[in-house]
Amino acid sequence: MLTAKLRPATPQSDQLEKTPTGIRGLDEIANGGLPKGRTSLVCGNAGCGKTILAMEFVARGAVEFGEPGVFIAFEETPDELEKNFLSLGFDLKKLVAKKLLAVDYIYVERSEIEETGSYDLDGLFIRLGHAIDSVGAKRVVLDTLEVLFAGLSDQAILRAELRRLFRWLKEKGVTAIVTGERGQGMLTRYGLEEYVADCVILLDLRLQEQIATRRLRLVKYRGSKHGADEYPFLIDENGLSILPISSLSLNHQASTQRVSSGISRLDRMLDGKGFFRGSTVLVSGTAGAGKSSLAGAFALAACQRGERCLYFAFEESPLQIVRNMKSIGLNLEAMVKNGLLRFHAVRSSLHGLEMHLVTKHKAVDEFKPAIVVLDPISSLMAVGSPTEGKSMLTRLIDFLKSEGITAMFTDLICSGGGLNQTDNEKSSLIDTWISLRDLELNGELNRGLQIIKSRGMSHSNQIREFLLTNKGIDLLDVYLGPAGVLTGSARIAQAAQGKAEVLVQQQQQVRKQHEWRRRRSSLERQMAELRAQSEMEEEEERQIRAQEEALTKTLAGNRADLAQLRGTDQLVSRTPAKTKQNETTGH
Amino acid sequence: MTSKRANPFAILDEDIKKRSKERYVLRLYISGITPRSTAAIERIRHICEKHLEGRYELEIIDIYQQPSLAKGEQIIAAPTLIRKLPLPLRRVIGDMSNEDRVLVGLDLRPNK
Repeated sequence: MLTAKLRPATPQSDQLEKTPTGIRGLDEIANGGLPKGRTSLVCGNAGCGKTILAMEFVARGAVEFGEPGVFIAFEETPDELEKNFLSLGFDLKKLVAKKLLAVDYIYVERSEIEETGSYDLDGLFIRLGHAIDSVGAKRVVLDTLEVLFAGLSDQAILRAELRRLFRWLKEKGVTAIVTGERGQGMLTRYGLEEYVADCVILLDLRLQEQIATRRLRLVKYRGSKHGADEYPFLIDENGLSILPISSLSLNHQASTQRVSSGISRLDRMLDGKGFFRGSTVLVSGTAGAGKSSLAGAFALAACQRGERCLYFAFEESPLQIVRNMKSIGLNLEAMVKNGLLRFHAVRSSLHGLEMHLVTKHKAVDEFKPAIVVLDPISSLMAVGSPTEGKSMLTRLIDFLKSEGITAMFTDLICSGGGLNQTDNEKSSLIDTWISLRDLELNGELNRGLQIIKSRGMSHSNQIREFLLTNKGIDLLDVYLGPAGVLTGSARIAQAAQGKAEVLVQQQQQVRKQHEWRRRRSSLERQMAELRAQSEMEEEEERQIRAQEEALTKTLAGNRADLAQLRGTDQLVSRTPAKTKQNETTGH
Repeated sequence: MTSKRANPFAILDEDIKKRSKERYVLRLYISGITPRSTAAIERIRHICEKHLEGRYELEIIDIYQQPSLAKGEQIIAAPTLIRKLPLPLRRVIGDMSNEDRVLVGLDLRPNK
């Protein structure tokens, strides 16, 4: 029933029954667990974690699934065994007292033993049977049977007895794990795999460039589908964690919810609302461009909203980050104290890429953050080859997206260089890409911020000047002039110059207005003069005309007088014109 | 027995002579009454009578009847003969068909 719950696919009735191991990830790879009632072989070189896997199997079975178990140790003393269990957080004594676990320690010392004639391993069977019956065990671990090969010389008897043992275990109906040391050209040194037909798990510890990575592979799993890849795994205080990270598909939810970037001006550039929840943000920039500060502001804003934030740092210690952020007015310390912000600081060279991925998975699983910051991802990518780096990044992003976590990665890029190949590769994976640039001008380095892309929103396409002050981060408009983008003091100088120009223009305008006014008044004056002159002339004209009239009148009077004097009989008109005409005719 | 000088195993012979006075405590663990078990019992009795007459104690234990004893005595094979005394503890496993090896296992004869 537990098996069915863990299995994502709908179980079919004729499917092989599974026994969940309770080991993180293993049940997913094995599609539910180990084959129920059968024996599985766990093999690997010394120090691979065979015993831990086996111990976890019985201990988790007893504690989490209520299935009592038996642990038969061939290599460890009861004391050592107890300590080993305790290191995984299981109290062996308590489990034994509760009858959830039976432990037997089998000691085979070749020098003590003299073989004479035929024998069988009934002693082992009886002890095992006794242990199984004493607790009603469902799970059995034999760690490791190969000690028998070292202790007993008669291989023919031994092999026959082992075959009988595996058959007997199957008859008992217990789900068993036997461990075996890796052999040359074989899975196990003594060929134990030939007795175990159902399930073989191979553990491996590989060194690559001096970095060790543990890997697990299901070599064989009869009658069940299973992940065939090599899966990296981790051993820590909680035992094994295997992450089937390569099996993720592109079907994560797309949220329409927005999260603030922590800088209001940047939010305004991003459609006024900030990033999409569950999206991946890349902040790339040259050294000292303010990538971490941007990440810090983002983390702080998340914590202030009451969300959990997990901060992976690869270059600075948590205390250093807290101190540095304080200098720009971001108080992360309080958030660390109230448990909303957690740092996970390791040097990137500590593990291989796979292990980094596994540790990140685990940290995220445990802390369940809403926001994850990786600072810087370039340091992490440098651990492996570019292909490995991209694969790791893809899986990490897929994982974070499937969890609905908003992630911010910072990325150090070479100054001066444009967008190189790696950037393009990264770009296809991320949703929002913010580029921080050093803008060098007039012997000054200033920071510029630009959104290169942001999927699913209309964003500002302008460059802003990115200011780090002791009151926090601010974005300013840059001065866009004929000489290009100006920042810093050049921007201030340019702005001042602009102001001066405006002033000059204003003054010119005032002057012009003055002149206009003056010219108009002078024109008006001229107009008044002319008007006066014309009035004068009019007056003169009137006077002249009056004089002329008077003269005409006088002349006409005189002619009449003359005619009277000459005794002209014709009537002389009084009008001068007629008189003139008459005069002409008369003459 | 030849002279001490001639025999390189003189010291061991001495040891055996010393042993010849020691008291033996033997336990034979068998798993049920099988032909192998009965053969082992018969043979060990015969060997004891022959080499340890009057100075041995032989106890036969069926681990099927007392499985917890198998755990305590670290029995894995059956039959197993354990020499509890004299120390050190020795184990002889098998049906005791090879008398020489049984004697070697019990330190009653040097391992040649």
